[in-house]
Amino acid sequence: MSERIRLVVDGKPCELTAEPAMPLLYALRADLALNNPKFGCGLAQCGACTVHVDGRPTRSCVTPVGAVKGKKITTLAGLGTPERPHPLQTAYIGEQVPQCGYCLSGWVMTAAALLRDTPKPSDKQIRQALAGLKCRCGTHMAILRAVKRAAGANA
Amino acid sequence: MTPAPLSRREFLKAGALVISFMMPGTVGGTLGRASATTAGKPPLTPDELDSWIAVLPDGRVTAFFGKMDMGQGVDVAIAQIVADELDVAFDRVVVVMGDSAVTCNQGGASGSTGVQRGGATLRYAAAEARRILLERAAERLSVEMAQLTVRDGVVSVAGDPRRRASYGELINGQHFHHKLEWNKQYGNPLLAKGLAIPKTASEYRIVGTSIPQRIVADKVFGALPYVTDVKVDGMLHARVVRPPTAGCAPVTVDESSIGGIPGARVIREKELVAVVAEREWDAVRAAATLKVTWAQPCTPFPPMETLYDHIRQAKPIGGGLPVNKGDVDATLKTAHRVIEAEYEWPLQSHASMGPACAVADVRADQATLWTGSQKPHYGRNGVAKLVGLPPEKVRAVWVPGPGSYGRNDAGDAALDAALLSKLAGRPVRVQYMRHEGTGWDPKGPAAVYRARAGLDAQGTVVAYDFLGKGFSRQDVATTESDPKDTLAGQLTGYAPKPTVIFQVPAEAYDFANKRCGWECIAPLLDRGSPLRTGHLRDPLGPETHFASESFIDEVAYTAGVDPVAFRLKYVSDPRHVAVITAAAEKAGWTARPYPNPRRGKGNVMTGRGVSYTERNGTIVAVVAEVEVDRRSGRVWAKRFTVAHDCGLIINPKGLELTIEGNVVQAVSRTLFEEVAFDRNRVLSVDWASYPILEIQDAPERIDIVLINRPDVAPSGAGEPSTRTVPAAIANAIFDATGVRLRRVPITPERVRAALARA
Ligand code: FES
Ligand code: FES
Repeated sequence: MSERIRLVVDGKPCELTAEPAMPLLYALRADLALNNPKFGCGLAQCGACTVHVDGRPTRSCVTPVGAVKGKKITTLAGLGTPERPHPLQTAYIGEQVPQCGYCLSGWVMTAAALLRDTPKPSDKQIRQALAGLKCRCGTHMAILRAVKRAAGANA
Repeated sequence: MTPAPLSRREFLKAGALVISFMMPGTVGGTLGRASATTAGKPPLTPDELDSWIAVLPDGRVTAFFGKMDMGQGVDVAIAQIVADELDVAFDRVVVVMGDSAVTCNQGGASGSTGVQRGGATLRYAAAEARRILLERAAERLSVEMAQLTVRDGVVSVAGDPRRRASYGELINGQHFHHKLEWNKQYGNPLLAKGLAIPKTASEYRIVGTSIPQRIVADKVFGALPYVTDVKVDGMLHARVVRPPTAGCAPVTVDESSIGGIPGARVIREKELVAVVAEREWDAVRAAATLKVTWAQPCTPFPPMETLYDHIRQAKPIGGGLPVNKGDVDATLKTAHRVIEAEYEWPLQSHASMGPACAVADVRADQATLWTGSQKPHYGRNGVAKLVGLPPEKVRAVWVPGPGSYGRNDAGDAALDAALLSKLAGRPVRVQYMRHEGTGWDPKGPAAVYRARAGLDAQGTVVAYDFLGKGFSRQDVATTESDPKDTLAGQLTGYAPKPTVIFQVPAEAYDFANKRCGWECIAPLLDRGSPLRTGHLRDPLGPETHFASESFIDEVAYTAGVDPVAFRLKYVSDPRHVAVITAAAEKAGWTARPYPNPRRGKGNVMTGRGVSYTERNGTIVAVVAEVEVDRRSGRVWAKRFTVAHDCGLIINPKGLELTIEGNVVQAVSRTLFEEVAFDRNRVLSVDWASYPILEIQDAPERIDIVLINRPDVAPSGAGEPSTRTVPAAIANAIFDATGVRLRRVPITPERVRAALARA
């Protein structure tokens, strides 16, 4: 049965009516018209749907919307804006990372959490933290440069 | 005053208007913003200058590009070319691409020809536009054209800069109404020229600089609309229900099984079964819930472990011998020594980052398609045929999709959406699920290669014989312009007609007797096959050159010659020599015995390998350095050095990033990727069952040497380095281990097994 569900998305309180079992991804994309988390697999295998739930990188394609009632959701668009970019977004532009760009939410949201918890990660720590994410275009070299660049900007 | 350039975001906002309001036949939205006036614009034919270039009253320029950018920044390169030819600042140029209503069919993204072919006409058109504007300026200012100079779109008299006129004044809100000479071809071969002679490379200022992609910021802030984000009023969400086993038709569909899902209903046309619903999640659930009984399964596929034997034994349905010099057979008989080897390459999936999506709005007398396909003009033609409309009544609008490296699932989604919209009587959005994106896309063909070489007593190659045999690269055509090449068509009565096409290695080895041939075998299933083959980035390139460049290494080893020196011995074209030499030098390559005598005593063995290829004028050499873990069998392709010559370089940074993407994706295909199947099902249906490279396997370093040839017209860069990588890795593994891996993917299990046998 459908329920009223409240969330705080990118700082704004939102309300929608949905079955609690529906994945958060569909709530964000369809009900709240937020396009930046993407459907890549629906199986928690790629990361394209990643958002922060109370600060934790979470695969919204397998997270029931009913499980995140009242929580703070941050998407790529909420991480930073052209006026107030997150250091990773600045670094991504500087390094010209994305090709198709469909994978971005996974890499950026996961790396943002890494840099928050480990401001100066080693190459190995970066690779470990980003394990499991997919980028079919093969932009991995640029991703590594951008994360290191953003970590440098953290200093 | 300089008008602010139309930013990508404004432009995209204008694009969003198109999505909401525009119907075919009208031109507003994007163009309303980007071109002077649409009233009185001549018809969209390639022989009209207005089909390519618009100059706005405020001096901004729109370039209408009939190819597509798939994320590597081809549109930036086009804007650079146009800006230089017209003498306007780069920021004034907006490139409009992929909308069949406003761009000519230049073939879409295809064979790395974006700049090579697509850029040629834009270059001529921009030069011609400049010539005409200068003609008008000469008249207005009463001087000879030769006395005029142009700076950022302002024409002035040399030595008297107060006598001036801007492009905006000269065009005065009008169109050019000027004819070009067109070669009457569409697609990749399309070429249109005016009287103007384009600039020489030495006159270029913007070409050759690393201008960043404007679109990147929109992607990074989550602001770029993708095809998956297109919403049309009244749109239904659809999911297609694929058969559980290949080639079996639906017998009964129990619509009551989805009765509990709000608004969900079944749409069925012949063998195509789909569900639609108002909400996307309901369509997803309905597709998973719907009860369908299917006809008895057939077993069209051979057991997977016998695939290569099947290829070897199958009767060829076509073949060719494009290289046949001297008498190979006789020379092999008398050769001092004959080397022979076979190589095997599996079926591979595009496995684009997201499964394909398309939105179609098919009405009685017109239709609109929003597609992520890299060939929207052809999608328009396919939709027109499938729904029974003339092509000019169908408009296809390209919107960036979830990655595209050839004929992936986007073409199938486009025609599915169109057919379902026609049947539902409403706009329909189809997005595939992951199992379709990996399991049902057209596959890169599997192939087997046999190579032989004869050496004389001095170790010189006297005969070379190379034969490739496998599936055609075009069971389905390169485009979706005919329903027979799509699943929607094949499931509703269009009989496929595969094209028999393969390839031979592209290199410049001058062997006295040389033969390179190919044979194709029939598809495993004639219709609706999840193993139908199609173009996957550099079609057959990685397959063929994995074999040919691994074999050259084996011959060099047998001849006792350093593999770089060996290649240089047989190549004389100076560009080819320069590329091989540049890669070797940058990698610090010095001749030494191999396999590597100092490969490491512990569990990690190290080695290096070289490879070199050509592709439609672009020459690439790669040196790979690998680590092989003796216990686990894991190969880490740790370092690459790439030397790359694609003629005149338009945008060095964009080119480097494009090459990096090629290298990393090719590492993935070499070490990880293989489509698994049983007798009637594809078993690779997601990222767990079709693993690709992850970041721990990304190289530590990729060094790139760009060789700029200002005097040589630019050739492609989107694919050529892909074909060079696999053999470089295999050759490095041999150097590290003394063991030759001749089957891709080179998985840890295969490495362990090979080491155990050695
Ligand atoms: S879409 Fe959620 S992990 Fe792939
Ligand atoms: S940029 Fe295309 S998948 Fe990462």
